[in-house]
Amino acid sequence: MRRAAAALAALALLAAPGAALAQCPRTSLVDIEDEVFCPQCGVPLALATDAPQAKAQREFIRDLIEEDCASKQEVKDALVAQFGERVLAEPGDDGFDIAAWAVPAGALAAAAAGLALAFARWRRDDPAPQAPGAAPLTERDAARLDDDMARYDR
Amino acid sequence: MKRLLSPLPAAVVVGVAALLGLLAYGIASTEPDRGIESALAAGERERAPDLDLPRLGAEGRGTLSDYRGQVVVLNFWASWCEPCRDESPLLQDWHERIEPRGGTVLGIDLLDLDRDALEFIAEYRLSYPMLRDGPGDTREDFGVIAYPETFVIDREGRIAASRRGPVDEEFLRRTVLPLLREPAPGGAS
Repeated sequence: MRRAAAALAALALLAAPGAALAQCPRTSLVDIEDEVFCPQCGVPLALATDAPQAKAQREFIRDLIEEDCASKQEVKDALVAQFGERVLAEPGDDGFDIAAWAVPAGALAAAAAGLALAFARWRRDDPAPQAPGAAPLTERDAARLDDDMARYDR
Repeated sequence: MKRLLSPLPAAVVVGVAALLGLLAYGIASTEPDRGIESALAAGERERAPDLDLPRLGAEGRGTLSDYRGQVVVLNFWASWCEPCRDESPLLQDWHERIEPRGGTVLGIDLLDLDRDALEFIAEYRLSYPMLRDGPGDTREDFGVIAYPETFVIDREGRIAASRRGPVDEEFLRRTVLPLLREPAPGGAS
């Protein structure tokens, strides 16, 4: 009985660091740096390679991931607490930032309208299909055709 | 009468014109404000925009108007800014010199991590008051585009001088000392 308990305790001790490792790190710098901005550089952090502020920001993220085992959302929250909402690589919803939402929406609407217009014009200009080489019937042929049709109706 | 343009090309032309207009507006709205320099060049002292920011490393908030009646050397800095390191000992020295005469240096830590900023303050033993602007919103009010930048504000809260870049002894002597001799509003000093 005592042996079994000791074996179980040893197993638990062995499993504990493994479980911790499986949970941490929960995200990576690479995963985050294209989703946040370097506020001073005005570009996503992933593109701000040598800027001093970007270096400090990367170190901050690395510490959060490695020392505090922070998740991606926790890192983002910590960055927002430091630099405000603009650190997130998403345009705001006021001032000139609205253009980032409005221009693609407008372009999409314009493209849809253009396609509808082009389709309507194509439908209007396209004549009724005709057999290749078909020529209009002469009066004589038309009379013969009417006679034939009348014969079949009988 | 023949139409000048059919609807589709007309829509494209309008769309392109709208995009160009948007681009021009975007460029114009990101241009730094140089109103302060223009006023100083004309010999005028423009009223300094007020600031309302959290204190760095302390509870509460601070404003520029808290220092009305004092000569304020308003310094925008960040811990990652190398020239800021060079000028900080000089600013600390000047703070100690002007404080007994009704002056102060006021630091605004911009776009910085507070842990780095606090390390910077400890490293250079800076004792002057500090406010923190993490998002960098005050840059627009003062037209700040690079670091460090310093504005010398008179006892009535008007900008009397500015320096885009690190300050030196000569600049501070020339701009701060005459303001210290000016009377405070209401006659108090």
